[in-house]
Amino acid sequence: MMTGRILAIGILAATVALIVVGTLWPVPSAVAMAGSGADLLRPSSTPQAAVENLAHEIGGQAWGKAYSGLANKNEFNQEDFKRDLTGSYSSLRTYASLDRFELRPLHASADEAQIQLKLHWSTVVGPFVDTRELHVVRNGDRWEVAWPIVKEPRVPPQVIAVNYLRWDVIYRGPEDDWGAQDVEAPHVRIVDMHPVERSDGVVLLGELLNEDVVPAFVTVKATLLAKNGSAIATEDSFDKISHTLLPKQVTPFLIAFPNARLSQVDSVRMQPSSTLIAASADPVVEIEDQRMNPAPGASLTGKLVNQSGQVVNVAHVLGTFYDDSGQLVWVSDQYVDRALLPVTPVPFAIPLPADLARKVKSERAFVTTYSSSRFQ
Amino acid sequence: MKLPLPFLLSGLVLAGMQLALAQTGTLRLSRTVEAGSAFSIQSSGSGKAVLYIVGPGQVLRRNIQLGETTVFAAGELHNAGHYIAVVVGDSSTDQGAFDVVAANPAALSFLAKPSRLPVDLHDGISGVAYVFDTFQNLVLAPSTVSFQLSGVAGAGQVRTVATRNGVAWTKMDSTAKEGAAQFVARVGDVSGTRVIELVPGDPCTVRMSAHPSGARLLLETEPVRDCGGNAVPDGTIVTFKETYSGGEATVDVPVKRGIARAEMPAYNGARISVATGVVMGNEIRWGKQ
Repeated sequence: MMTGRILAIGILAATVALIVVGTLWPVPSAVAMAGSGADLLRPSSTPQAAVENLAHEIGGQAWGKAYSGLANKNEFNQEDFKRDLTGSYSSLRTYASLDRFELRPLHASADEAQIQLKLHWSTVVGPFVDTRELHVVRNGDRWEVAWPIVKEPRVPPQVIAVNYLRWDVIYRGPEDDWGAQDVEAPHVRIVDMHPVERSDGVVLLGELLNEDVVPAFVTVKATLLAKNGSAIATEDSFDKISHTLLPKQVTPFLIAFPNARLSQVDSVRMQPSSTLIAASADPVVEIEDQRMNPAPGASLTGKLVNQSGQVVNVAHVLGTFYDDSGQLVWVSDQYVDRALLPVTPVPFAIPLPADLARKVKSERAFVTTYSSSRFQ
Repeated sequence: MKLPLPFLLSGLVLAGMQLALAQTGTLRLSRTVEAGSAFSIQSSGSGKAVLYIVGPGQVLRRNIQLGETTVFAAGELHNAGHYIAVVVGDSSTDQGAFDVVAANPAALSFLAKPSRLPVDLHDGISGVAYVFDTFQNLVLAPSTVSFQLSGVAGAGQVRTVATRNGVAWTKMDSTAKEGAAQFVARVGDVSGTRVIELVPGDPCTVRMSAHPSGARLLLETEPVRDCGGNAVPDGTIVTFKETYSGGEATVDVPVKRGIARAEMPAYNGARISVATGVVMGNEIRWGKQ
């Protein structure tokens, strides 16, 4: 009885102590998550403090406070500032939340400083990083950030004629005779596949062709089989594939088996599946200025140009990399965080493992698009 | 105390089967009856009794006078299968058995696969016909099913196949021309029709040309056709790839009205290639190097 009372008093005291500590000395990430970080920020008496305060305000979406503290407010208005960070049109940025940020001082003097700010945003399809080099200037006893605004281009009002092409599907109904036909599933074929051993497991790379004349929703599942025929692991390509394949279109795919070893694998059972879906052949997206950039920081970069009149809210770029014999070396991808406006280039960068970069002799980029207006 | 009917009937069937081993039945009945037709059962003896007809999915009960003929009207017994007739009298039980067979073919279930396939495929289409009578009994007696594929250019294909255990099947070639083919299975006056969509095969060749369009290039293919001369359907993806000094540009465009068209940047010395699926087309070198 006595022991229980002591335990209860101990827990109560510890709770009160933690609440006091958390309130008086909050950790920055907790402040940002609490949403009231702006009230708890320290004075902008140093360049770092000014940038940290701005990052906290951006994380808390306190656009007014963040804008009011900028040194170059006369160059743009608060809406421009907000659009720079969240996008003018619905895109990954619109629904992203600031996960964390990093500062890297580049240069400093008595009255000005240069600081690199890396904003790590999290989205439903993974994180993306927005890197800005900030010029910070002294204004009396305060430091203020000059924000390097990136103004998203606005598309002038116009009419863009599009020969719209889409497929709609009518499936058999429940009242049909059991022998009645249904629409045939699209015929797809794996045209290339091979396993690769990496430090974190086995990876299956391949390409899938829609050899039919109708659009297909495709997935690829694979099972690694041991010498005795037992299944080691089963995985699917998840988002390392373009799930919508138009007629004669080829998508790369990558299936990762964490912690598996190639020496344990005797064979692989591949299970591509396809379903007939309603789809649209538009928008057409051109990939311009595609370049392979060598290590360090090996990547495939380029610009996406939406050739249709429809705004693309989210673009997913898949990169397929080949060696000099034309064999598939790697598949990588990137989601573009800004919307693709008609005829407006948007850059992308697909990372590539450094050890594979030197093997790559050619590459192919492939774009999948998602437009919210398509579902309206 | 009331016994459930299925329990009672099961008991009767079992009792009947045991009696069949123990005594010779005196019921007079046809060994086979066509489904849906009238039939009769002649019993022997005298007095009142109850006649049960027990078969797959159907049970009939009649109060009868022993020694008389019990007539069942047309349509009373319509499920094909093996039936047991049991007469339960005050002092005796008698039983017999007969088969109800399917009537004449009156319906077809026709399965044709696939519903869409490329042109010019040998044995690419399969058709399976199940023959039923008017009561949906599978007609096990051999009957002749005629399969016909027609509706696209050229003479149609006809195959005649006898059913085995109620089923007939065949294989047909897809024609060399695209279009919607009618695949008909017919037995007597009964027929079933399926539509088979014959679609173009892989493009045979892809040829493109390039024309300047302001500061860019307008790339356009000739009408894209398969090796049989069929135009590939709109929506088929054609990939244009331009390789120039230090960079590359690609675009996937759908065929619209038979041709694929795209705009790309114009670079002197650029190599432009075209492909669709796994078929490569021609290559163009633009301007001077």
